[in-house]
Amino acid sequence: MEILDRKLLRDLGRLWAQVLAVALVMACGVMTLILALGATRSLEETRAAFYERYLFGNVFATANRAPEHLKAGLTAIEGVAAVETRIVKSLILDIEGMVEPAAALAVSLPDFGEPSVNRLYIRRGRLPEPTRPGEVAVVETFAEAHGFAPGDTFGALINGKKRQLTITGIVLSPEFIYAIGPGDMVPDQRRYGILFMSRSALEAAFDMTGAFNDVSLTVLRNADMDRIIEAVDERLDRYGGAGAHDRDDQISHAFLQAELDQLQAMAGVIPPIFLFISAFLVNMILSRLIALEREQIGLLKAVGFSSLHVAWHYAKLVIVICAIGLVIGGIAGSWVGGALTRLYGEFFSFPFLVFAHSADLFFIAGAVTVAAALAGAASAIRSVVVLPPAVAMRPPAPARYHTLGIGLGALHSVFSQLTTMALRHLWRRPVRTGLTTLGTSFSVGLLVTALFSFDSIDYMIDQIFFQTAREDAAVTFAGDRHPDALRALADIEGVMRAEPFRQTPVTLTNRHVELRMVIEGLPRQTQLSRVLDVDAEPIVLPSSGLLLSERVADKLGLRVGDAVEVDFLSRENLTVSVPVAAVVQSYVGLTGYMNIAALDRLMREGARVSGARIKIDPDRLDDVYDAVKQTPGIASIALLRLSREQFRATIEQNVVISIVVYSVLAVIITFGVIYNSARIQLSERARELASLRVFGFTRAEVSSVLLVELGVVVALAQPLGWLIGYGFAWSVARGFESDLFRIPLVVDQATFATASLVVIAAGLFSALIVRRRIDRFDLIEVLKTRE
Amino acid sequence: MAAIDTQARPVFHVEDLTKVYVTGEVEVRALNGVDMTLYEGEMAVLLGPSGSGKSTLLNIIGGLDQATDGRVEFEGEDMTAFGARQLTRFRRRNVGFVFQFYNLIPSLTAWENVALVTEIARDPMTPEEALAMVDLSDRMTHFPAQLSGGEQQRVAIARAIAKRPEVLLCDEPTGALDSKTGVVVLEALTRVNAEFGTTTAIITHNAATRRIADRVFHFHDGKIVQMVVNENPVPPSEVVW
Ligand SMILES: Nc1ncnc2c1ncn2[C@@H]1O[C@H](COP(=O)(O)OP(=O)(O)OP(=O)(O)O)[C@@H](O)[C@H]1O
Ligand SMILES: [Mg+2]
Repeated sequence: MEILDRKLLRDLGRLWAQVLAVALVMACGVMTLILALGATRSLEETRAAFYERYLFGNVFATANRAPEHLKAGLTAIEGVAAVETRIVKSLILDIEGMVEPAAALAVSLPDFGEPSVNRLYIRRGRLPEPTRPGEVAVVETFAEAHGFAPGDTFGALINGKKRQLTITGIVLSPEFIYAIGPGDMVPDQRRYGILFMSRSALEAAFDMTGAFNDVSLTVLRNADMDRIIEAVDERLDRYGGAGAHDRDDQISHAFLQAELDQLQAMAGVIPPIFLFISAFLVNMILSRLIALEREQIGLLKAVGFSSLHVAWHYAKLVIVICAIGLVIGGIAGSWVGGALTRLYGEFFSFPFLVFAHSADLFFIAGAVTVAAALAGAASAIRSVVVLPPAVAMRPPAPARYHTLGIGLGALHSVFSQLTTMALRHLWRRPVRTGLTTLGTSFSVGLLVTALFSFDSIDYMIDQIFFQTAREDAAVTFAGDRHPDALRALADIEGVMRAEPFRQTPVTLTNRHVELRMVIEGLPRQTQLSRVLDVDAEPIVLPSSGLLLSERVADKLGLRVGDAVEVDFLSRENLTVSVPVAAVVQSYVGLTGYMNIAALDRLMREGARVSGARIKIDPDRLDDVYDAVKQTPGIASIALLRLSREQFRATIEQNVVISIVVYSVLAVIITFGVIYNSARIQLSERARELASLRVFGFTRAEVSSVLLVELGVVVALAQPLGWLIGYGFAWSVARGFESDLFRIPLVVDQATFATASLVVIAAGLFSALIVRRRIDRFDLIEVLKTRE
Repeated sequence: MAAIDTQARPVFHVEDLTKVYVTGEVEVRALNGVDMTLYEGEMAVLLGPSGSGKSTLLNIIGGLDQATDGRVEFEGEDMTAFGARQLTRFRRRNVGFVFQFYNLIPSLTAWENVALVTEIARDPMTPEEALAMVDLSDRMTHFPAQLSGGEQQRVAIARAIAKRPEVLLCDEPTGALDSKTGVVVLEALTRVNAEFGTTTAIITHNAATRRIADRVFHFHDGKIVQMVVNENPVPPSEVVW
């Protein structure tokens, strides 16, 4: 080992606390990078492997009732690899011990052989036998929520008839990695399940012999998706085809993709913040060290070390800091990344997890970190190179201070000499003071970003459940009905109010932009399901025209008064041009509303309802649930009363985790920045402060010089941090926005206050550690050392 | 070494050397036409009032600084033409420095401070040998903070001589020391000069020190105003101040 390396080791030993503080900030950057990228990769690979091995479809379409012989035509479409026609129906379940009704989607399995698209992974048991119509396989999440095992039974209302079903197997499907019931806001594994039954059983139950209502296709590599979708639509149009779509519009895939996109977005935002701050801290530490060691640097050059050799010596210090940061961050990143992947694996049902152990990730993280740190060190190291050996022999000229301009001169009367000293010191290094403030404000910003999700979710819950969807349950019929069907519902004892709705799939087209979505027809004035304008005020639905959510209007480039082309997918060749009557608020899905009477007119089928939203007398909930389980014709029921609680619980659980993580990160940043700047100020001003003690100032007075400086920095950082936090929050809200959901940007004052309190506390803590050093000053030692 | 041998080889030859420092508006002529030759093995003492340019000259011939004008030759080579790389090599191989404030690396022990230089030298003595020459064999593992001023300066001398340099340049080596300690330090320097024939230049403010020199140069206002040859140099122990 070179002798100079011993110096390096001893320097490290002396500076260990500062080195560790920077290394921790760096480690956070490395960790978040590895975490986000690693988890994204693992999940992507897991998903890809699952999709590939279990033949997840590429194109999906539904119809009312299409003859089975169409299959040959579908298979013949150029680029199609395999076609699987199925019967897919909604069911209401009656599960013992569960008061409220559960809903399920029954999907048919071919009577012979495995499905050629969307195969099942069998976790336990076996698939149902075609000869035994009462057998079902259920998805794992549903089985787990009920503690079901093969052999267990439950009741179901199948096409109006009550049947007892026996579970033969527990399965996973690439199609239902994420399953959410119609009308639900969050997945509820207990109240919504996916069942797989034999084709012949469903054919018999729903009178669908020789017909199908759902088809999935896989395509060949390089197939022309648009052409295939068009061709599928052409063939299914006459049979009530609701428009074929690719994976992007497949719910399970889209949700998973949204989740992955968010992870990836995190990798783009958080690690750079940490790397920036660690670069700044490295710069601060190294500049100070080099300023202190001017004579040593000069000496090394005088005795014949080349400039580069000496520069390399200081660069090594930086590399050691990076190495510590990388090791800590790498270990933490892989560990937390693994846990996160497992968590996701559990949340989404994957049959297996592929952990992407990518060495390149560590390499990337390492290279990025070292590059950032060396960039931070560059100016300090450059000063080593250019320092002429002769100049180094002389002590540095006394530092130059400036009067603080007009204002502060007058402040002499207000502030004590000590405070003026502190302010002047801050002013002397405006860049450093600015960067320290910026670094601290990032902590505030991170916390605001973490905490604002609570505000937004509260706001969203209020908007969705108390302003918009105020019903207790939403009942969907099996197919559209005559409005008389509403009466059957309203007559149930305990139903206090029932409001109809009609939903129909459409494609909206404006110029070249197309959007597949659902238009919902509602009565003119509703009390349960209200439509709100962009200012959250309830709207009375106009007698004609479309009301589109902001996202839909944006995507299509539409404004109020513009006409949009509406293609009703469930009707053959029915395309009309409809004006946009208003832009409305919506947080979930792509939504469009219309007066139900206007919708009926446009669709020319007479008055129709798809279902109803109902208000239930709280004392008679059980009666209503019972009645629903018995009522034929109900395909599914979403219980918003339960969703409300479920929603908060699910989201808050995630949010709490992220708040803890962000807070830890913010505290580490604050500590890294404040502790380091305090230590450096202490080092720069040791003589000055020691002299003050010699002159007879008390410890408290002397520390106050330093604490005032830190206090000013921390105080300045607050408003800046709020701004940064608001900016981050905005970008997070934007990052979350997808066709599936969107979060409003709401930041309460309490959030700003909490963020500030945490940072101020962390700052105070760091300052106190440094204060203890001042208290233990060895006056002789400090005054003796030549600087 | 006894009286100056006029047949001796010149080590440094300086001609009409000028050094101007420009600080903002102010121009300082630190050296204003200095001519000087240092011969192999001689012991030279540089005297003069503060600010007369002694350190400036030493820094330039030591390769720490560059002249504004004039000529500096080291063993016949023109030093003013040296680039950074050649200057570094020159300092590494040919010169040893001793400074008023010792300039030891505080985080390295006495032994390590010397080893720092022997590591990069061509034909060095061992740190132990060098420290023995300054009578510090028993303080090798001490850090500078644990040594007295005189001991620190002797470590600095050991560091300077360990690479067996052709020249030893000392800028007020005894400036921070009391007379007794100063004598010990000067003895170390004369011993090296005698044993290895190292050309030595010592800047001092202590006029009595001139008695150990072969030649004495008097500086004033950036010029050498007088050069005195000392026929009978005395050992440092006889110098009183
Ligand atoms: N880096 C510099 N910038 C400007 N002026 C300088 C610089 N270094 C030296 N000087 C000036 O050059 C002149 C000669 O300085 P030098 O250090 O050579 O004097 P000296 O003879 O060694 O004095 P002392 O005995 O006090 O050490 C002085 O007037 C000094 O102020
Ligand atoms: Mg001098």
